[in-house]
Amino acid sequence: MRLLKLLPLILLFGAAADAQSPTYGVGRTPTDAEILAWDIAISPTGEELPVGSGTADEGSELYLEKGCAGCHGTTGAGGLAPRLVKRDVGVLEDPWQYGRILPIRSPYATSVWDFINRGMPLGAEGTLTPDEVYSITAYLFFLNDVIDDDLMVLDEKTLPAIQMPNRDNWAQVPDWFPGQPRLQGYPY
Amino acid sequence: MSLALKFLSVYFFVTELSVPVNFIDEGITMDSKKSDRREFLKRGAALAGGVALGTTKTANAQLEGPESFQRGTDEIVGYGKRSRFVDSVRIPHGGRASPDAFGLDFHIATPLQDSVGVITPSSLHYMGTTRGSFIPDIDPEKHRLMIHGMVDNPLVFTMDDLKRMPSVTRLHFIECAGNRSNRRHTTIQETHGMTSCAEWTGVLLSTLLKEAGVQAGADWIVAEGVEEVKGASSIPMTKAMDDCLICYGMNGEPVRPQQGFPLRLMAPGFEGIFNVKWLRRIKVVDQYYMTYNDFGHLTQDPATAALGYQIGPKSVITHPSGGQQLPGAGFYEVSGLAWSGGGSVARVEVTTDGGRTWFDADIRGPAHKMAHTRFTFEWNWDGSPCELQSRCIDEIGQVQPSRAQAAEFWNQPPDQAPRVRGQDNSIQPWRVDGDGSIHNAIA
Ligand code: HEC
Repeated sequence: MRLLKLLPLILLFGAAADAQSPTYGVGRTPTDAEILAWDIAISPTGEELPVGSGTADEGSELYLEKGCAGCHGTTGAGGLAPRLVKRDVGVLEDPWQYGRILPIRSPYATSVWDFINRGMPLGAEGTLTPDEVYSITAYLFFLNDVIDDDLMVLDEKTLPAIQMPNRDNWAQVPDWFPGQPRLQGYPY
Repeated sequence: MSLALKFLSVYFFVTELSVPVNFIDEGITMDSKKSDRREFLKRGAALAGGVALGTTKTANAQLEGPESFQRGTDEIVGYGKRSRFVDSVRIPHGGRASPDAFGLDFHIATPLQDSVGVITPSSLHYMGTTRGSFIPDIDPEKHRLMIHGMVDNPLVFTMDDLKRMPSVTRLHFIECAGNRSNRRHTTIQETHGMTSCAEWTGVLLSTLLKEAGVQAGADWIVAEGVEEVKGASSIPMTKAMDDCLICYGMNGEPVRPQQGFPLRLMAPGFEGIFNVKWLRRIKVVDQYYMTYNDFGHLTQDPATAALGYQIGPKSVITHPSGGQQLPGAGFYEVSGLAWSGGGSVARVEVTTDGGRTWFDADIRGPAHKMAHTRFTFEWNWDGSPCELQSRCIDEIGQVQPSRAQAAEFWNQPPDQAPRVRGQDNSIQPWRVDGDGSIHNAIA
């Protein structure tokens, strides 16, 4: 009886709905503005980057103005918070050896922009404008010799194009499938 | 009045008076039935008259009774509390204070030495945050989960929406990447306290993803929380569609704030950081995003990357364990926990002679997938020094290694202290000294 009642509905929507994807009809569609406001994870190719721009030159002032220096040190080192600039050890053959310092180790420039945008300054997260984040990111790249022109304009196009020293110098996680050992050939 | 009712009214009267412990003691003294019965009746009369009881405790060999009887309080009637004699607590882990000077919580370890069964009480569940975090105070009425990106129908759910969806309830452990035993640790709370197991209730992520309609080429999701750093992790679509859960329930009540209230992603068997707390967004994407969480796990070595992803087979003896004391030779149930990110625990073996002979332990209760599993082993300690170890074999045949075995596999020079690559799942040795004291035996 119940099934019979449902039948016309199934016929009606059956064409659109995949038989394997039942539609509960719970939840609503977000507005474009809602999506945009939360869409803050930046992919390596930079789709989510907002329009904006800045230079290391501008960033050097913002670094002081926005309080970064207070925690990370005026030169990007020597503060209570982690150092943001590689040690003065010359040019190392393996950039990995500079240490776990985001603006030099990260394979993608976008990760640096993303983290400053979402997580800094500590205690006032989310208060930087896109232009400010572009500028400060450029400054950290300049300090780490990732870029050598303090007037180079970083924006939503140029930032993802920056070739980080570790661009291809990191280990990807393996393809994951259920029921597989964590590393083929490793018995443990 | 029925007899039962009469009894009840006396009972309430008695508890009101906070009768001292020796009332029961003396009332049922068996040394001399006759005189005690007389004593009891006398006391009964005294009670009825509302006179406070004396404490003329007779010297006899009776076992002690309760210390006192507690008046009920509205608070305890409303939300129960453990006994004041139970003092098991979590401790900050990894040499950094929690809370720290800023009030940030970083890593907090579970007292596994006191654990029984397989469920970690919510109040004792370990806690980890990426860089130290304030706990967001979230009104569940206002909380939303958004699913968008490479989907046909982007969706926003309220908590009530999610509770309308088909639910599942599963036991799962979580373990932190920092759960690494070293020779300076003295107790199991230090060596292994960054893992816990709870009963999680929520909606399968696959249910929500199917509802949204995942598009071709969408091989990853990015799951993101709402804490001040908005912690986000990249998770493969194969995992998202397999067994990830969007949890609103933990051990029969809403997920605790430290565990992600009101919503937490559970990625069973994946390392701790993937189990995104305070979850508000899932973006369906076509590539690995290298979020700050992902960056935190970055390595140059493919083997280390693989071994720090899905957790390996692991076990540890919780009792007796480091810092505990055996009162003397005789019978003990050796008891511990085993788990694996590769599935359920198939077998656990125990050795009492430092690994020369291994015996099958008993698995207590069903071995759930990606869940702590209790094992026990009946042991008669002869009082001589020895070494206890356990090892886990999971359903896909992975075997928990000793540190030496792992080092040998990687051809580590013997003069180097062995370091297990990726997540440390090595065997934990506990040394039993002749005086019954238990010590971490990592060389
Ligand atoms: C109140 C102190 C404080 C202030 C102000 C602050 N930071 Fe930080 N920052 C920290 C701490 C603490 C961490 C470490 C986070 C962790 O442990 O993962 C950090 C981490 C970072 C990192 C990542 C470092 C790494 O290698 O993982 C970057 C980049 C960064 N901060 C940039 C900035 C910038 C840019 C500003 C200014 C806009 C700023 N910070 C302001 C405290 C601060």
